[in-house]
Amino acid sequence: MEWIQQLINGISLGSIYALIALGYTMVYGIIKLINFAHGDVFMIGAFVGFYAIAGWGLGFFPALLLAMAVCAVFGVLIERIAYKRLRNATRIAALITAIGVSLLIEYGFIYVRGAQAAAYPDVLANKKYDLFGIQVSSQSLLILVVSIVLMIILHFVVHRTKIGKAMRAVSHDMEAAQLMGINVNTTISATFAIGSALAGAAGVFFGVYYTKIEPLMGVIPGVKAFVAAVLGGIGIIPGAMVGGLVLGVVETIVSALGFSQWRDAAAFIILILILLFRPSGIFGKNAREKV
Amino acid sequence: MKKISKLLMTSVLFAGVLAGCASGNETTGGSEGDTIKVGANLELSGAVASYGEGIKEGIDLAIEEINAAGGVDGKELEVVPVDNKSEGSEATNAAIKLVNQDKVTAIIGSATSGNTKAQTQIADEGKTILITPSGTADDLTLGTDGNVIDYVFRTSFIDSFQGKVAANFATELGIKNAAIYADNASDYAKGLAKSFKETFEAAGGKVVAEESYIADDTDFRSTLTNLKSAEPEFIFIPGYYEEVGLIVKQARELGIDVPLMGADGWDSPTLVELAGAENLNNTYITNHYSSGDPDETIQKFVEAFSKKYDGAKPDAFNALGYDSVYLLVDAMDRAGTTTDKEKIKDALAETKDLSLITGKITIDELHNPTKSATVLEYKDGEQVFKSKVNP
Repeated sequence: MEWIQQLINGISLGSIYALIALGYTMVYGIIKLINFAHGDVFMIGAFVGFYAIAGWGLGFFPALLLAMAVCAVFGVLIERIAYKRLRNATRIAALITAIGVSLLIEYGFIYVRGAQAAAYPDVLANKKYDLFGIQVSSQSLLILVVSIVLMIILHFVVHRTKIGKAMRAVSHDMEAAQLMGINVNTTISATFAIGSALAGAAGVFFGVYYTKIEPLMGVIPGVKAFVAAVLGGIGIIPGAMVGGLVLGVVETIVSALGFSQWRDAAAFIILILILLFRPSGIFGKNAREKV
Repeated sequence: MKKISKLLMTSVLFAGVLAGCASGNETTGGSEGDTIKVGANLELSGAVASYGEGIKEGIDLAIEEINAAGGVDGKELEVVPVDNKSEGSEATNAAIKLVNQDKVTAIIGSATSGNTKAQTQIADEGKTILITPSGTADDLTLGTDGNVIDYVFRTSFIDSFQGKVAANFATELGIKNAAIYADNASDYAKGLAKSFKETFEAAGGKVVAEESYIADDTDFRSTLTNLKSAEPEFIFIPGYYEEVGLIVKQARELGIDVPLMGADGWDSPTLVELAGAENLNNTYITNHYSSGDPDETIQKFVEAFSKKYDGAKPDAFNALGYDSVYLLVDAMDRAGTTTDKEKIKDALAETKDLSLITGKITIDELHNPTKSATVLEYKDGEQVFKSKVNP
C-alpha cells in the first residue's frame, strides 16, 4: 500500500518535470539551443499565477490561463531579444547567452521584488480521498489530469495543425523549410510560445502543490527537467513526457528507500549514465549527422 | 579555443555585474559623529528573512526608546544594518565591513547559528563585541580550541536546553514512540535532534524513526510516507519555517495526525501561511517568550511594539533583538564607557539577574545566558501560551 502511495507522489512530481521538459525539448528540436532561461519562465509563471490569485482574486483556471498567456509572450520576447540575432552564431555563444538571460531574469526579478519566499494561496479545496489506506489528494489528481490534457493538446497541435507541420519541417531542415515558403521566424516564435506556456502552467501547478515560491525556484526544477528531456531523448516530444515521469518516480523511490539525501544526486547520476551509454535517450534514434 | 575562453570570461564578468546589482541596496558607513555605532548583521532577505526583519524591528524599537531617554552617557545609539542574504559567506563579508569599514562598537547578529558562526572569528580578531540574538547552537560561543571566544555573546538560550524541554514535554504527554525529522545541514537542527533523543530515551521513550531533509527542498512526501509507516505517536521536527511549513502541510495531507513539535525556528508568520492554520493544530514549539504571557514588563513591551508597528504583535525575534540592545547598553552602563570595547566585553561577561523581556538573564562562564523557555501551542494559526520551563 505504501508503495502505491509513493508511486502517486512520484507521478505528481514527474508530471511537473514533464511539462517543463517539453519546452526544453521543443526548443532544442527546432533551433538546437538548450534554453537555460526556461526554468525562469517557469518561475515567472508561478508568480503570475500567484498575483492573479492572491491579488486579483481569480480562480485556479483563469489564473492558469493567464500565467500561460503571459509566459507565452515572455518566451517569445526572450527569443526575439536575445536569441534571434544569434541564430547563425556558434552554439556556445547562444548557450552562454541563455545562461546570461537566466541570471538576468532571476536577479532582475529579485531586484524588483526582493528574494523572500511567498506562500501560494489555497485556491483549490484540497480534499483527501482515502482509498484502502492510501491518501490521494484532489490536488495531485487534478495536476495529473490537467497535465495529461495539456500534453494531448500539444500532441494535437504538433501533428494535426499547419503550424505543427511547419514546426516539424523546420526542426527537420530549417533551410529546406524556408525554401518551401515556411516562415521560419513565426514558426520559431510559436515554438517558444507553446513551450513557455507549458512551463507557465507547470509553475502554477508547482505553487499549488508545494505552496512555497521564490525567485530562484526555477533553477533546480529547470535542471531536473533538462535531465528529463535528455533521458527521453532531447528533441523528441513523447520522450520529454516519459522522461519527466520516470525521473519523478525514480526520485521518489530513492527517497522511499531511505536515501532522501541522495535524491538530487540520483537525477544527475541518471544524466551521466544516459550520456555515457545512450546519448540519444530512451526514444532517440541514432540519427545520421547532417553533412 | 581562445574564442571560447574569451566568451567564458565575458559571461563570468556579466554574472558578476548582475550579482552587483542585487547587492546594491546596502547602506554604506555613516559619518564619524558623536554616536555609538552598533552594527546589525542580519538576514534581511533570503531563506530566513523573517528572522532578520524581526530582529531589526526589535533593535529599532529599543534604540528609539534609549535615544528618547537621552542615550547612553549622553551619546545617541546608531544602528548600521547590513543584509547578509541568509548566507554564511555574505555574513562573513558583512562582518568584515562592519568591523573594518564602519568600525562599530558591537555587532548584533546574525539570526541563525550558521551565519553567526561565519563571523565569530572576525569579530574576535577585530576586538568587536558580537551578540547573537537568536543563534542557539551550543558551541557558538566556543572557538575551535574549545575555549570561550572573548568577544562573542548571545541573548538566547541554547539548543540542548530547547531539545531537553521538548523531550520532557513529549514525555509529559505520555508519548512512548517518537520520530525525528531534522534538517541535515544546519548545526541548529542537528544539535536539537541530538539533545531531544538523549533526553527522550533517558526518560524511557523510544525513537522509532530518524530521517533528515535537505534545506530548500520542497517535496517531503516520500520521506513522510516512510515516517508514517513507522507509526510514531509524536514527531519532532527541528528546522526553519520555510521547510517546516511545507512539511507540516504535506504530513497532514498524508494523514499524519499525531502531535508535531519544533523549536524557535518555527516562529514566523510565514509558517502559518505555508502550512495553513488548520494543519498547524496539534503542534507545539519551544520558544523564547510569548506575547500572551501575563507578565507586566512583557505586556508593556507588547504595547510599545504595537504602537510603533501598526498593531503588530511582537514575536520572539522582535523580543530578542530588543533584548540584545538592552543587554549591550546594560554592560556599557556598568563598564562606565561607550568606547572601550574591552571593558564593555568584561562587563557583559559579568551580567547578572538582568530582567529583560525574554527572561531574567545571568551570563555564565561560557557566555550563554541562563534563562527560562516557553512552550506554545498553535491553535487555528495563533500561538497560545502553554507553560514556562525554568532551566
